[in-house]
Amino acid sequence: MKRFLKLYSIEQKLFFRTPDAFLFGICMPLVALILIAVIAGGKTAGNTDMTYLETSFVALSAVGICCYAFMSIPIVLVDYRDKKILKHLYCSPCSPFKLLMADVMCSGIMSVISVIILTLVACLGFGYRMSGNVFAYIGCWFLTLVSMFSIGLLIASLCKTSKSMGIVTTIVYFPMLLFSGTSIPYEVLPGGMQKIANVLPLGVGIRLMKAVSSSAGIAGHVHELIILVVIAVVCGGIAVKTFKWE
Amino acid sequence: MTEKFIEVDGLTKSYDGRKVVDDLSFCVNKGEVFGLLGHNGAGKSTTIEMILGLKKPDAGSAKLFGMNASKNRKEVFARVGVQLQTCAYQTGIKVYELCEEYSALYSKPADYRELLDRFGLWEFRKSNVMKLSGGERQKLSIVLSLLGNPDVIFMDELTTGLDVEARREVWKILVNLKKKGLTILLTTHYMEEAEKLCDNICIIKKGRIITKGSVESVINSTPHDNLEDAYLWYMNEEEE
Repeated sequence: MKRFLKLYSIEQKLFFRTPDAFLFGICMPLVALILIAVIAGGKTAGNTDMTYLETSFVALSAVGICCYAFMSIPIVLVDYRDKKILKHLYCSPCSPFKLLMADVMCSGIMSVISVIILTLVACLGFGYRMSGNVFAYIGCWFLTLVSMFSIGLLIASLCKTSKSMGIVTTIVYFPMLLFSGTSIPYEVLPGGMQKIANVLPLGVGIRLMKAVSSSAGIAGHVHELIILVVIAVVCGGIAVKTFKWE
Repeated sequence: MTEKFIEVDGLTKSYDGRKVVDDLSFCVNKGEVFGLLGHNGAGKSTTIEMILGLKKPDAGSAKLFGMNASKNRKEVFARVGVQLQTCAYQTGIKVYELCEEYSALYSKPADYRELLDRFGLWEFRKSNVMKLSGGERQKLSIVLSLLGNPDVIFMDELTTGLDVEARREVWKILVNLKKKGLTILLTTHYMEEAEKLCDNICIIKKGRIITKGSVESVINSTPHDNLEDAYLWYMNEEEE
């Protein structure tokens, strides 16, 4: 465990040196939250009984997940494979799997940092209070994280080169970011785009988080919970089965 | 009795129907420096990767300390250090961070500070690995391969691309490691390097052994008096 933590701490240090990780995963949702809160924070969002601040906080809490799942995880893992770092680690008594886990943990920690900063700003700066069950929200947030990370791992497993990975991550990342109701509030999206948001995996996670963070609760949203679990198991399973060290 | 650390028996590997390693057999004894020599694409790296269990042979077997590396990964790699051809490192990683990370792979690692000092890299410990010169980076790769206190190290074209001075400096390090009794399997293009360092060599062409034996016996089996000419003589002989 001590040796794993050493690996993790060095990988985390390298992560902190990456400006993209801060810009897209931490700064972007924060700026979006501040803008939405200032412009329309107190207004009711669409046909819901939630304000824009309430819906946007939940949606933006998933931006970090989106960024680290679909950009950081595949980029880091495919880069390490391309550079033969994983192959080199294979030639040691330690499993290269530990380095992969250390890097997934880095992405997880960055997502947590992103949501903590967002929460502090929302609560202290704009007086946000969650009307639903906080613990249920935290549970659903983690389930969304695991589910999206397993998609990121699947991309890292299936893409053989940095070039193919770049194309796939772009195709996955931007639609998830723009059309799943994360950066642009779901409530202002036109009907057709809301339908797209409903089927995007991140959109499913956000819908579930919105339900538990409001007075609606989890009842009536069990199928979203099941979808996220199925994504996590299926994508995670295929990622592990198809992963290549080189 | 001499202990055999590496045993390669009838190793064969093909890619798309083209044989890159063809029925290769040799042994490396404890304390020996063994050189695998051949042109680019002769099958040297593929042979090393099969010995290390990174690639599966189509036929034949390779054993390290009597074990199959892919089946006994943990036991084998606790005693083996590896420098792979064209291995890069994480972007932005510093020398000491890389050493700490690689030390974390072993249960009882060597003191990397002492190794960095021994190889003249201590002053670069806080430098970005990517900013090191080619020679410094190769010395660092030797440090990394020694972190697990290995009995055998594999060096795949360690000095390729280095200038003469850096190459000589790396040779000096390898001579010292040889004196300390470390078993080394190396591949190289430089015959001067093989002549200086190796006890035994094996010249391969298109995956097949052309000749093998002590450096002296290989030279003596040709009309020449140095390994470079002897190597070329063997290569041309094959062509004819």
